[in-house]
Amino acid sequence: MELVFVCYRFGWNQKGTFMKLMRIAVAAVALVALGATAVVAQQDPIAARKAMMKANGQAAGALAKMVKGEAAFDLATAKKSFATFEDAAAKMPALFPDNSKSGGETAATPKVWEDMADFKAKFVKFGEDAKAADASVKDLDSLKAAMGTLGKDCGGCHELYRVKKS
Amino acid sequence: MLRKLFLAAIAAAVLGVAAFWFLTIAQTVPESAIAAHTPDLANGKTMFQVGGCASCHATPKQEDRTRLGGGAPLLSPFGTFYPSNISPDPQDGIGNWTEAQFVTALHKGTSPRGTHYYPAFPYTSYQRLTVADTQDLFAYLKTLPPVSGRVRSHDLPFPFNIRRLLGGWKLLFLDGAPFVPDPAQSAQWNRGAYLVNGPGHCAECHSPRNALGAIERGMRFTGGPAPDGQGGVPNITQFKLKDWSLADIADVLNTGMTPDADSVGGSMVDVVRNTSQLSKADREAMAVYIKSLPAVEGHAPKKNP
Repeated sequence: MELVFVCYRFGWNQKGTFMKLMRIAVAAVALVALGATAVVAQQDPIAARKAMMKANGQAAGALAKMVKGEAAFDLATAKKSFATFEDAAAKMPALFPDNSKSGGETAATPKVWEDMADFKAKFVKFGEDAKAADASVKDLDSLKAAMGTLGKDCGGCHELYRVKKS
Repeated sequence: MLRKLFLAAIAAAVLGVAAFWFLTIAQTVPESAIAAHTPDLANGKTMFQVGGCASCHATPKQEDRTRLGGGAPLLSPFGTFYPSNISPDPQDGIGNWTEAQFVTALHKGTSPRGTHYYPAFPYTSYQRLTVADTQDLFAYLKTLPPVSGRVRSHDLPFPFNIRRLLGGWKLLFLDGAPFVPDPAQSAQWNRGAYLVNGPGHCAECHSPRNALGAIERGMRFTGGPAPDGQGGVPNITQFKLKDWSLADIADVLNTGMTPDADSVGGSMVDVVRNTSQLSKADREAMAVYIKSLPAVEGHAPKKNP
């Protein structure tokens, strides 16, 4: 009630102006949220990289369903997954600062920091392969071929740099 | 009186040592037990792949998995093992071995010199291979490129560096039994049981081990800490894989991708490099057998610091 009164007093009672204000407010909230995500990534890189790997898993799951024939091939979904991979490949390397070797139930092995150059190179290759998949995948057969390469990227990195507790 | 007691004690000690010596003699398979056999190289290659020979014996830091010069360190709670050269090099590998010596190695865990191998070489599983499959594997290994160079000796603290003690270990934990098919089960199940328990040696990592390093009775396939101390190996009985379909199990052996679209990590990645080379029928047979493993809860995972 008070807000309406204030708006009225300042001559923002017209619908257009109010909507404009709302849009600005929404934009502001979104901006703050985005900033908060960045801050979280900085403050808690372990949580950030775990969330990113989870998103990767979901993206891979969507592709695996198509390859297994549990879902129909859908190019838009496939492209969305490749974009998720590319995004992760670009952002992940920065999420392993020296102070994030342990804690937060991280599954990262000490080898990450022992051989950071190789670790980062694996993300570069993963990103390039995701980009290539985005260009080459047109149908189920080309998706199957791309998944072979991408799956090896996942495994090749997990082999050395991830360890599960159970 | 005292003198008599003293003599009796010495006699008992001598007898004890003699008994120990006798009981811990490394067993061998005699040449006469090996039937003439025309080797099937394709089957030998299958045994090589399901057996995962390259995972331990391939020369490290190079891509060719058929160069079996050995030497990649294998970490364990007992020390570090350096898998041997099993390329057909006549000096440093198995080029001069006889078939009987090769069967002896896989079935009895005994080297051509008559010494015990450590069970890090999983002869507790390989003993289940049929003699014919072992002969095929030997013939296949002989077709691979020879690699020269002997591997350094294992790095084990006392008392684990005394090989003779393994004779006692074998008395306790090496039953010497071949694989016996279960007539109540399908041919596919039996093929899977053979591949999983024999050449595949899945239980060697997917089971907890006792203080002597043997698989705990009744706990096969319930997972355990990874041998190298890095994290854990999952339970693969129905306790953990209840929601996995046959296709899911066969798929993970082909692509390394679990049903929830995680990709397997650690040494399982290399296992998948091997199992993805198998025929679809063999992966499906392994899935049928694994799916039939009764649910057994494993120990709570030990927290690594």
